[in-house]
Amino acid sequence: MKELIIIAIGAAMVNNVVLSQFLGLCAFLGVSKKIDTAAGMGAAVIFVITLSSLCTGLIYEFILVPLNMTYLKTIAFILVIAALVQLVEMVLKKSIPALYHALGVYLPLITTNCAVLGVALTNVQNEYNILEGVVCGFSTALGFMIAIVLMAGLREKMEYNDIPESFQGMPIVLLTAGLMSIAFFGFSGLV
Amino acid sequence: MKPNTPIERLYNGIIKENPTFVLILGMCPTLAVTTSAMNGLGMGLTTMVILAMSNLMISLLRKVIPDGVRMPAYIVVVASFVTICELLLEGFLPSLYEALGLYIPLIVVNCIILGRAEAYASKNTVVASLFDGIGMGLGFTIALTLIGIFREILGAGQIFGFQIMPDAYEPITIFILAPGAFFVLAMLIAFQNRFKIGSARINEDGTKACSRSSCLNCANTLCAGKAADADETEKGGSAK
Repeated sequence: MKELIIIAIGAAMVNNVVLSQFLGLCAFLGVSKKIDTAAGMGAAVIFVITLSSLCTGLIYEFILVPLNMTYLKTIAFILVIAALVQLVEMVLKKSIPALYHALGVYLPLITTNCAVLGVALTNVQNEYNILEGVVCGFSTALGFMIAIVLMAGLREKMEYNDIPESFQGMPIVLLTAGLMSIAFFGFSGLV
Repeated sequence: MKPNTPIERLYNGIIKENPTFVLILGMCPTLAVTTSAMNGLGMGLTTMVILAMSNLMISLLRKVIPDGVRMPAYIVVVASFVTICELLLEGFLPSLYEALGLYIPLIVVNCIILGRAEAYASKNTVVASLFDGIGMGLGFTIALTLIGIFREILGAGQIFGFQIMPDAYEPITIFILAPGAFFVLAMLIAFQNRFKIGSARINEDGTKACSRSSCLNCANTLCAGKAADADETEKGGSAK
């Protein structure tokens, strides 16, 4: 239990997926204009990453390792993730339409979100078992949601500010992300 | 310059549609591995090889791959080359392999590669696609090395490991840590915007430089691939 909590805090706060590992930046910079959409994206990422770390964990443990084909892990994982996202989309559409409409737009965007593949590979690299992998996946995604919602809040406020012409758009967002990244350094003594 | 010649493709990749500074694609490796000029160069060259090879392969297969499953097919091609490169790096350049770590397998999900496969290699001849890959890869390499050089000078006072700043210079360590990556890229894009705004004022009636947000959105739809498809079918539908 203690190890799981340490993994969770480490993945969500200390090694924040966006601000210290730079994974999932596309979505972080692209879908952080409004708090609502940012929260939607965050929820979709939590859902997919938790599921995909379970699936990739199972596949690695029970297919790739016994067959001695661990070098194929990148190909296997990316295909599993792409298929999983498709499947989740279809199942949600059929069985839980409300959730599908809430997450719908964001689900396809996630296939190539590098955070998903990143978590799967980190789990293998750190030799986590399946439970640890799922916890790590969930808390990494939670870290993503925290970062993207904070960023969206800041950007909504920034709308009213007078920003120098050259810094409008991307540069000011990157500077803000840099400052947030410094703030997240404060967690580094935690684990 | 005639379109689709090798030289035009190289120029297009390095200057006109530079993947990092103009299209803002592939941000994860751009920020993550540019802690030193050497790492930036290594990452850039690895990506260039994979980009050129996958463009070549996809262009060869462009009449064989059915339209409905092209995305998975592209991903498999790219992932195969990434695995080959990963094993080669592990065998022959272990120090670079250690430095780049997780970010080598993550080249699979680099938007630049799938973006070029979808936007260029699937529609053009083999030679043009190969040079498109090399041009884009060189543009990416130059951008990464440039960012790496800035961060290494500020953060460690060195370039490619050689001390260039005087001893009295106190390295600003934050520039080789995570926040520094955001700051350096923000400054570089701001400088570029400054020049663009300047030139936009001179020819006011000319084509307006595309705004950052629209670039970012197109980057994201390219990333998704599927979202881009939806747009295309919508456009096709309305055109009919």
